[in-house]
Amino acid sequence: MAQITLIEAVTQALAYEMAHDESVVVLGEDVGVNGGVFRATQGLQEKFGELRVLDTPLDETTIAGVTVGLAAQGMKPVAEAQFEGFIYPMMEQIACHAARLRNRTRGRITVPAVWRAPWGGGIRAPEHHSEANEHLFTNIPGLRVVMPSSPARAYGLLLAAIRDPDPVMFFEPKRIYRQYKEEVPDDGEALPLDVCFVLRDGTDVTLVTWGAQVKETLEAADALAAEGISAEVIDVATLTPLDFDTIAESVQKTGRCVIVHEAPKTAGFGAEIAARLAEECMYDLLAPVERVTGFDTHIPLFRLEMKYLPSTERVVEAAKRTLAAS
Amino acid sequence: MSIAAKFEIEYLQYLDAEGKQVRDDLPAFAQDLNQMVELYKLMLSTRVFDAKSIALQRTGKLGTYASCLGHEAAHVGIGSAMKPEDVLAPSYREYGAQLYRGVQPREVYMYWGGDERGNDYQNEPARHDFAWSVPIATQCLHAAGSALAFKIRGEKRVAVCTIGDGGSSKGDFYGAINIAGAQNLPMVAVIVNNQWAISVPRKIQSGAPTLAQKGIAAGLYCIQVDGNDIIAVRKAMEDALERARNGQGGSVIEAVTYRLGDHTTADDARRYRGEQEVKDAWAKDPVKRLKNWLVAKKVWDDKKEEAWKAECDDWMDNEVNAYLETKTQPVTAMFDYTFAEVPADLEKQRDLALSLENTPNNSRAH
Repeated sequence: MAQITLIEAVTQALAYEMAHDESVVVLGEDVGVNGGVFRATQGLQEKFGELRVLDTPLDETTIAGVTVGLAAQGMKPVAEAQFEGFIYPMMEQIACHAARLRNRTRGRITVPAVWRAPWGGGIRAPEHHSEANEHLFTNIPGLRVVMPSSPARAYGLLLAAIRDPDPVMFFEPKRIYRQYKEEVPDDGEALPLDVCFVLRDGTDVTLVTWGAQVKETLEAADALAAEGISAEVIDVATLTPLDFDTIAESVQKTGRCVIVHEAPKTAGFGAEIAARLAEECMYDLLAPVERVTGFDTHIPLFRLEMKYLPSTERVVEAAKRTLAAS
Repeated sequence: MSIAAKFEIEYLQYLDAEGKQVRDDLPAFAQDLNQMVELYKLMLSTRVFDAKSIALQRTGKLGTYASCLGHEAAHVGIGSAMKPEDVLAPSYREYGAQLYRGVQPREVYMYWGGDERGNDYQNEPARHDFAWSVPIATQCLHAAGSALAFKIRGEKRVAVCTIGDGGSSKGDFYGAINIAGAQNLPMVAVIVNNQWAISVPRKIQSGAPTLAQKGIAAGLYCIQVDGNDIIAVRKAMEDALERARNGQGGSVIEAVTYRLGDHTTADDARRYRGEQEVKDAWAKDPVKRLKNWLVAKKVWDDKKEEAWKAECDDWMDNEVNAYLETKTQPVTAMFDYTFAEVPADLEKQRDLALSLENTPNNSRAH
């Protein structure tokens, strides 16, 4: 079986679902002949035609609103926002309509759509191509926010997102698009949404993260293990609706928690997890919750960007601080 | 110098302000006087409905309401030209079109009366139409997306969106007509130009002499019609729908009318426009105009008018009663339609909210 990268897993999931469900269509800028600027839709237009793999006019608002219209008429559109930094014009359609139509029509109109967006920094990209803005969507009711962190989870979660009867934001960590390959059977098996994945069991500290930061967090767990510290690593995967129970169970076991994310610290999604821990696990905690995040600044242009992104060392230090506290 | 392209915008009118016929070539539907009477009756019932809505709001039985006074010809013209299988994506005051397509007055009252069930239109074909869209112009892209779905599936259906003069300034409108042209989508965008976007007049929205011409830039058919002349509105709609259905492209229709009432019941138009202007606009009243024409054709008279108004009153009273008797939804209703199934994490908040079931609801209609 072929080994594939995360981006190839995205393509594989799209191709599988398009072949098995006629109502699935892909639309966006450059998704057609060009196969997307990252090649996520490579070869799809050849296979499924110009209407089901549609190059749209260059207008994000159009892509978002047309996606709502398609979904409301029974299609399952998968829209591509070329970069997460270009997603802002889409937000009105997503917040006011996609996430809301089921509720405001008492279920008469639904929006089973997916918005895919390459997400995050670390690829030496130009300005506005490296944002981490998932937290702007996690506060929108009626919307799922999903982020895969491996080829297998990209395949399984994207299939689940397309099949889900409600709108899903699917943020793809572009820094790890081609980081490594793994075997991903093209069997159409979806992974569950709304659950965290425990990537590594541990007993001393819980490391909670998502997206590209899974890489640094797993490296940190290795480094901690070398020093005799056992870290549990949780990939949140679906940020909202949050599977807090999995995080709580882990923290009840370890008594310590470090939350790692790329987005700015203040009101980042880590703040929500920390608040929930304070509300529901205060007496299980042996040390203050730590957050290792981007700074409350704009991500710098690429000469400085690796100093902005949470590093393995910062995660290790934060974990050690939680151990030193108790 | 050579000319790269050249355009013109036709203006269509059959009935002048007094209801005198200004052209002889009446379209087929308008030669059927029984049908014209039916259209007139719906225009009149829309007006009775609108007056009832405002009375409900003024007596504290409805929240903020957006009146359709003066738009009856435009709205009924749009709705009556569409086929049941077509899809309407309205903004928030196109009741004349929606009543024609099966929306019930009680549903309008429920929506403006603070109950989401008002958007759950029970009757076809309205049931497959979009709900009211308050964020300006966003519905235009829903029509474009619907039209794209029809094209992908090879269905002979048309998506119609309605938009105001103010709404035609928004990117969503331009985006929708742009992709409709680029993809040859079966879409008709109707700009119901009522001269006012709350307090901002038409001339501040655009330097273009017509709003119809915006469609030219998108490669669509464009026409401006007298929006108070239902024959002109419906004729332009029929032509546009037929072209769209036959794969010959989308259209932009500008229906020039006037908002005779306030923007909503929360607005006071006296703050920004003169009495004379409104008086002049009343002289072009779409309802009176069609009535004059039908009376001249001897198919309508004051007696019939009074009888029909009395029927409308009964209908609306019945609808109002049904609305007023509707029990408030249980508190859990705010959770149960957020997702297809209530997620486990939200279930906890839903349980918490159950304790609010018997607490007073202090929010009052305004």
